[in-house]
Amino acid sequence: MSGAVTPPAETSAEVPETSADAPAEKSWPLWEVFVRGKRGLSHVHAGSLHAPDAALALRNARDVYTRRQEGVSLWVVRADDITASSPDEKDSFFDPAADKIYRHPTFYDVPDDVEYL
Amino acid sequence: MSGLVNSTNAPSESDEALPGAADNGPSGVSPLAPYLLGLADDVMVYAQRLSEWMTNAPQIEEDMALGNIALDLLGQARALYPYIGSIDGTGRGEDDFAMLRDERDWRNVHLVEQERGDFADEMARLLWFSAYQVELQTALTGSSDDVVAGVAGKALKEVRYHLDHASLWVVRLGDGTPESHRRMQAALERVLPHLAELFDDDEASLTAAGLGVGVLPSSLHDAVVARVSRVADEATLTLPDGSPWRSRGGRAGIHSRPLGYLLAEMQHIARSHPGATW
Repeated sequence: MSGAVTPPAETSAEVPETSADAPAEKSWPLWEVFVRGKRGLSHVHAGSLHAPDAALALRNARDVYTRRQEGVSLWVVRADDITASSPDEKDSFFDPAADKIYRHPTFYDVPDDVEYL
Repeated sequence: MSGLVNSTNAPSESDEALPGAADNGPSGVSPLAPYLLGLADDVMVYAQRLSEWMTNAPQIEEDMALGNIALDLLGQARALYPYIGSIDGTGRGEDDFAMLRDERDWRNVHLVEQERGDFADEMARLLWFSAYQVELQTALTGSSDDVVAGVAGKALKEVRYHLDHASLWVVRLGDGTPESHRRMQAALERVLPHLAELFDDDEASLTAAGLGVGVLPSSLHDAVVARVSRVADEATLTLPDGSPWRSRGGRAGIHSRPLGYLLAEMQHIARSHPGATW
């Protein structure tokens, strides 16, 4: 946070006096929130929020996403740190899997007394 | 630091007859009621104050955080009021206590009724109040009264989180920019005169402590100051050494100006539409 008080010289020359008093609102960074509903389940993306740092992001997540006993564990990840597939690449990424039904484990007979399968 | 919030002077007004006391029947009146009413009114009034931050906090996430804390405190008050009504001989319910009492009947300390100020003011107040509450509720879990001990057990988990929330913010503001440091330091100084009341041993607390139900407020002082000092150190802030004046009278129903406005806002719907439900 150091150096936040002194704007670069060339900008301050161009910017009118009045706007120096009202700097453009700088928002906190965005964080993605993952909630584990109960032991044994995996964390699931619940939404996102703003927070100045990781510790406060975790607490904001607690306050925003677990108010109704939704979880027993929380992860927060900076949205900037997530590398996501692009909607433009959707066809080349995902369509080639469409006609390869032999990859699904559907060609086995599952015994009746096997749970969770 | 021991003289920071001097607790030797209990307000003399506490000997006055309570305005509502004449209505109480002579039989079945527990001597604990005045003490518990002080505890309940502290959290009820602070819940109302904190709820003002909804839509006024720096970010919507902080609206939620302070709103959640307010709801925790409201829950603590709601657990206590019906119990007080059952032991003070009046049979009053939670709405009677919250919505139908006038200013002179409230027993909260001045700290919680003060106007909310800026965000640093609120974090300074929340830091002190939740540090006090952590010590108070820890002690009350050992109460000889099952209801009081039960409420304290639940409240303790909540107020630990409140203390954590306030501590994180005080550290970030104190150890942040020059302006945030200056304003956080100023807030610590502004809140100081209202702290001594928390640690006054008035007649109600002496009675309750004597019965093993309550705890002497003065016995919490050192531990509370130690908690706040640790946070202030980490935040590169200096706890002010003392204040030239201190508030008093809250536990006896003598309040500062902001409480009347707070009660008017909080109570006007319930009083304009008596008995309304939805």
